[in-house]
Amino acid sequence: MIRRVLAVTVKELLQLKRDWRTLIALLGMPVVMLLIYGFALSFDVQDIRLAVVDRSRTAESRELIQAFLQSGYFIRVASLDDTRELDGLLDSGRAQAALVIDAGLAADVAARRPTSIQLVLDGSDSQTASTILGYARQIVAATAPELLDVELEPPVAAAPVVWYNPNLESSIFLVPGLVAFILMITSVIATALAVVREKERGTMESLRATPLRAFELLIGKTLPYLLVGSVAAAGSLGLAWLLFDVPIRGSILWLAVLTVLFLAGGLGWGVLISTLADTQQVAFQMGLLSSMLPTLLLSGFVFPISSMPAALQVISHIVPARYFIASLREVMLKGVGPEVWWNDALALIVFGVVVMGLATVRTVRSL
Amino acid sequence: MSSPAPAGDGEIVVSAHDLSRSFGDFVAVDRVSFEVTRGEIFGFLGSNGAGKTTTIRMLCGLLAPTSGSGTVAGYDIATQADRVKTRIGYMSQRFSLYADLTVDENLRFWGGAYGLWGDRLHRRREWAVEAAGLEQRRHSLVRDLPGGFRQRLALGSALLHEPPVVFLDEPTGGVDPEARRRFWDLIDDLVEAGTTVFVTTHSMDEAERCHRVALMHAGELLALDTVPALKDVFPKDCVLEVGCPRAADAMERLEEVAGVEDVSLFGDRLHVVVDRPDRIGDVETELDTGGFTPFEVRAVTPSLEDVFIKVIRDADAGEGT
Repeated sequence: MIRRVLAVTVKELLQLKRDWRTLIALLGMPVVMLLIYGFALSFDVQDIRLAVVDRSRTAESRELIQAFLQSGYFIRVASLDDTRELDGLLDSGRAQAALVIDAGLAADVAARRPTSIQLVLDGSDSQTASTILGYARQIVAATAPELLDVELEPPVAAAPVVWYNPNLESSIFLVPGLVAFILMITSVIATALAVVREKERGTMESLRATPLRAFELLIGKTLPYLLVGSVAAAGSLGLAWLLFDVPIRGSILWLAVLTVLFLAGGLGWGVLISTLADTQQVAFQMGLLSSMLPTLLLSGFVFPISSMPAALQVISHIVPARYFIASLREVMLKGVGPEVWWNDALALIVFGVVVMGLATVRTVRSL
Repeated sequence: MSSPAPAGDGEIVVSAHDLSRSFGDFVAVDRVSFEVTRGEIFGFLGSNGAGKTTTIRMLCGLLAPTSGSGTVAGYDIATQADRVKTRIGYMSQRFSLYADLTVDENLRFWGGAYGLWGDRLHRRREWAVEAAGLEQRRHSLVRDLPGGFRQRLALGSALLHEPPVVFLDEPTGGVDPEARRRFWDLIDDLVEAGTTVFVTTHSMDEAERCHRVALMHAGELLALDTVPALKDVFPKDCVLEVGCPRAADAMERLEEVAGVEDVSLFGDRLHVVVDRPDRIGDVETELDTGGFTPFEVRAVTPSLEDVFIKVIRDADAGEGT
């Protein structure tokens, strides 16, 4: 049995070696996608264009403005005397936010009265607007005691400390998902095409007349893609570590184990698709849709599962990327071991076994 | 081409008993029964869609019969399909080699799929390379080989594990006559060595090289015998070959002549089936008066095609009544 599996694997590797275009696509595509998505997909907001309306013109108001500018998030694009010109600036997009300080600021501070400043935001991009608002709150909260020139000791102080990703950089959050996304697409499509190719060329009929069993054929055919997929995964993770400073705090071994489990499920899914599709074109489309959409939308890659409607949360349980991304984040960012993510690993194993089993049954029956 | 006498030593290697297969309402194979003995070349003759491939696929364990039973090399095709597969070689109608692999890589793979390894694999690979005449090209990609070589290589790779039975489904489609002759020489060698060959074809020439031929039409087995015996359906000297001008027009005229049972066109000649040898005069006279003065009219040995046409016509007539 092992000899027959090996014969298939060797044959598949030879074909893959000769089909260098596919090989380059399989190894190169993850890198290209990682670069494109890695740089383009970011929730971080930088260089926010800020218009400043300072009606106070005091040391206190200048200190506050400086605090905004020195935070690194804001750049000043305009200094105005009153708010009439603000509309134009925000409408044209020349400013994303405006800081309006009333004339009474210094007096209020001197009298130790509660005072307020106004922040006008372009809310057409709500995600960006809420991020800017968050930054502004932090800055004001940090600056207020200095303005008062006293050490305030509030009875209860919330001191947020963000672990694992202290600067809340979205690339660190996104890269594990990106790796899952890329691996899922390539592994599903590669195997689906590899099996359907045999059908299209007519060699499947001859294979079936040999003592080669369906599961031997499927294992033999998926092994090379497991290998190629692992290389692509290692490359993507290495690149993410180099380019985006994504930490790999946990053990590489666990990373490898999780990746192989995830890949096996993806490969199984590809085989399952190959039993439904008769041409490479159909297989490609089915593979792309069924791997890309759930992995992008229902895995927690971009959108947190906890904020999805209940029905989608239920569906997300059959998306393998959900478990892979969750456990990958645990291993990469937190550096924790299987005692934390064993249930994710188990889910990946269950997924792999179920799809491979279904694929074998379907292969036996459909061909 | 001669028709060798029935060969085989009587040991039954392939048998089918009322074998049937339906796809929905369509009956592709309808209660087919036959037996093939060891060392025989058994030909399955019929047009496309006659059910030849479906029968072969059932015998190879690739398709479950709807009803009926069969055995191949002692194993039941329905319940022991896995065993059957270890004892047969199968060359499907579709190209069974990998065009993007070399000759040797293909043989290694197919040998591996049959579970061969080590010395035996090496020996059988050498045999297949030699049988295909590819000693000089074992490292060429299969896609670069001419059709005839590919077909002999495909046969060789289906025989790597030395199966006692080999099923060939229209093996020589699309190759030139010389390549076809070499392919059949290879089959003769195999049979001499004791292999049983089950071959489907719609070429009458190829059927003539079989020991026994089964005629299949619309899923039914209409006749099964040696080639000479099949030709005995016609009384002696009752198939006339006619060479005359405007043969297609002459056909219609001849069909009206008393005692003429059938007229068919063979290239530029007509084959006229008559009920008695002495009708030859009537045929000549009719052609003369019709303005188709023949340059040749003679009694010939019926071809398998004559037999095939008659058998189908008789069967259709039988169903009509």
